[in-house]
Amino acid sequence: MLTTKWLKLFGVFSILALALAACGAPAPSQPTAAPAQPTTAPAQTGGKLEIFSWWTNAGEADGLNAMFELYKQQNPGVEIINATVAGGAGTNAKTVLKTRLQGGQPPDSWQVHAGKELTSYVDAGQMVPLTQFFKEQGFDKVMPPKLLEQITYKGEIWSVPVNIHRSNVLWYNIKIFQENGLTPPKTIDDFFKVAEALKAKGIIPLAVGGKDRFETPHLFESVLLAVFGPEDYPKLFQPGADWSDPRVRQAAEIAKRMLEYSNSDRSSLGWADAAQLVLDGKAAMTIMGDWAHGYFIGKGAKVGVDYGYAPAPGNEGVFMWLSDSFGLAKGAPNPEQAKAWLALCGSREGQDAFNPKKGSIPARTDADVSLYDEYLQYSIKAFSSEKLVPSVVHGAAAPEAYMTEYGNALNVFASDLDVDAVVEALKDAAKDLK
Amino acid sequence: MQQAETLSARPARRVRWMNRDRAIALLMIAPSALAIAVFVYGFIGWTAYISMTDWRGLAISTSFVGFDNYLTIFSTGRFQTNIRNLIVFTLFFLASCLVIGLLLAVLVDARIRFEGFFRSVYIFPMALSFIVTGVVWQWLFAPGNWPNDPTGINLLFKQSGLGFLQAAWTTDTNVVPGWRIEGLRTRIGIPMAMIPVVVAAVWQMSGFVMAMYLAGLRGIPDEIKEAARVDGATEWQVFRHITLPMLQPITLSAVIILGHISLKIFDLIITMTGGAPGNNTEVPGLYMYEITFKANKFAEGAAVAMVMLVVVALLVVPYLIYNRRTEVER
Repeated sequence: MLTTKWLKLFGVFSILALALAACGAPAPSQPTAAPAQPTTAPAQTGGKLEIFSWWTNAGEADGLNAMFELYKQQNPGVEIINATVAGGAGTNAKTVLKTRLQGGQPPDSWQVHAGKELTSYVDAGQMVPLTQFFKEQGFDKVMPPKLLEQITYKGEIWSVPVNIHRSNVLWYNIKIFQENGLTPPKTIDDFFKVAEALKAKGIIPLAVGGKDRFETPHLFESVLLAVFGPEDYPKLFQPGADWSDPRVRQAAEIAKRMLEYSNSDRSSLGWADAAQLVLDGKAAMTIMGDWAHGYFIGKGAKVGVDYGYAPAPGNEGVFMWLSDSFGLAKGAPNPEQAKAWLALCGSREGQDAFNPKKGSIPARTDADVSLYDEYLQYSIKAFSSEKLVPSVVHGAAAPEAYMTEYGNALNVFASDLDVDAVVEALKDAAKDLK
Repeated sequence: MQQAETLSARPARRVRWMNRDRAIALLMIAPSALAIAVFVYGFIGWTAYISMTDWRGLAISTSFVGFDNYLTIFSTGRFQTNIRNLIVFTLFFLASCLVIGLLLAVLVDARIRFEGFFRSVYIFPMALSFIVTGVVWQWLFAPGNWPNDPTGINLLFKQSGLGFLQAAWTTDTNVVPGWRIEGLRTRIGIPMAMIPVVVAAVWQMSGFVMAMYLAGLRGIPDEIKEAARVDGATEWQVFRHITLPMLQPITLSAVIILGHISLKIFDLIITMTGGAPGNNTEVPGLYMYEITFKANKFAEGAAVAMVMLVVVALLVVPYLIYNRRTEVER
């Protein structure tokens, strides 16, 4: 009798011990695993490297893999963990990233848009300054000063830009334009003339997506630029900006007319679906960043044959840029491997491997231009000669709190085309410009 | 460390008020009770606290601002729209699931051939995750450039000569009737884009309701029905006055289970529409996700979470109280 009771008790304790062990397991495993490699291990002797990005579509994923290949050659034995989360403009990826950062489990290095978006991670103390690293690698001498300005915050440099994208590009189906004797529109007025002609032929003039929830906001920033011009447009995103300016309403009216010339199923298509409509000849034009170029190449289309490019209507001579960059996580599990990664990201070799595939231009001024195709050579030239303005939708111009409010105002607008409402909503959103 | 605690608890067993059985029982439930206390109630408390701070940005901030965040979210048109959508979705989802579930249960209960086959067919969708359902139904309900170049269900209609049935489905921007009320920043009515979402949700969950009702139907003793029939009741009267009242507890359970799924819905909607067009299919779960993790307004996100908790509690707590009472009666 007694023995069975003791047996029972023993059973209880063993179950308890198991349960507690199970409860306690995840917490200690992290600190024990983390310090194992970094302190002394140089990058060449193996270990792991976790890179976090949202590059999953054709083109961008190819570019990332090209860099991984180079990394593996330079650092044999390092196992690369490719942590990607799908979703245009990183809408989903950033969420996953933030939960990981707050949970104290950062990836070694993550993709972040240079500019305002970068500062929120710095403010939260989640990144390591790289000023010294830049000097060692000589990056500060080969990257354009305008760009360095955008990754400098509180006197330090925080991330390594790997590319420059242009967001205000009009992509069009060359065949449709030739068959109808049209030329790509230079001004907003031109656009509506062309759109009217295309509509009469039963072709969707402008393909616009909406499922990734950044497409209409993206379209609108190019309209804002056309209406405000390169001097006043950047001021719209400074703290205390004046959104009661009548030109905001003017831009909204134009955007409304543009959307009326677009496909009605906007909200069920992603940006890539919209680009596909142009490629398939169902729509004539789409206004999208030059990652669309990477997408087209990935689909086997040829620039200058299947599709053409031009600045977005009214955006002639202005280059609206954004830049993807990689930083170093504070508390990165593998800092040495991560530094080797950042050195590759900033190197001419790395950028020349990545960018031709991704459909973007290098963030260095000394890249080998001959590696780049027709569009990218045009873009490299434009970046060095045209006026530069930052993109708001892609994190270069404004903080994320503002981006969300701005984005939502325009997504609602894409659905109800209510000019009064969007003007009000944009005025409200300006409170988040800090 | 915690093991040491349990070891030191051993002598306590010898204290009089604590006999062996009780000590063992307590030890058995202690780990899960502790885990629930910390990971469920502790974090609910933490969320409630965060919702009254001014935490914005990635760095935590804990200065107390009272109910400011609640006032902020309730005054935005977006959250008001979310609440409207939630009410519409929940009402349509519950009503359709109950009616279709009951109908299927009665049909399957009619001792048809291949009963097992039909039962499985109706229940299968429940085995899928809402994510899968959302993605598949998003493809089906993507209208394409209709009516001339449609996709999905519209294409099906066009090719089968039913072209007039084509519709904008998930991209329909109308709110019917779309009344405006002074002081509200949203339009009152049924957002038409919500209908396809409800269809997908009902497709997934009505089989589950059928299973519940089927169990209920099989539990009704035949003698009672026989007695009614002997008294001259028609089949409809038997159904109306015997079957339905006896299924009432099942209905209540179904409403609670479906209701809390519906009030917390996130996965189905984010994959199927992402809240679009505009905010016409957005629900508080999506809003919470976006303002918390995209806009970094953690305090406002916590406030939305608390509102959702209260809404679900309004549904579940009366049920728990009712359950307790009926148990005591027994």
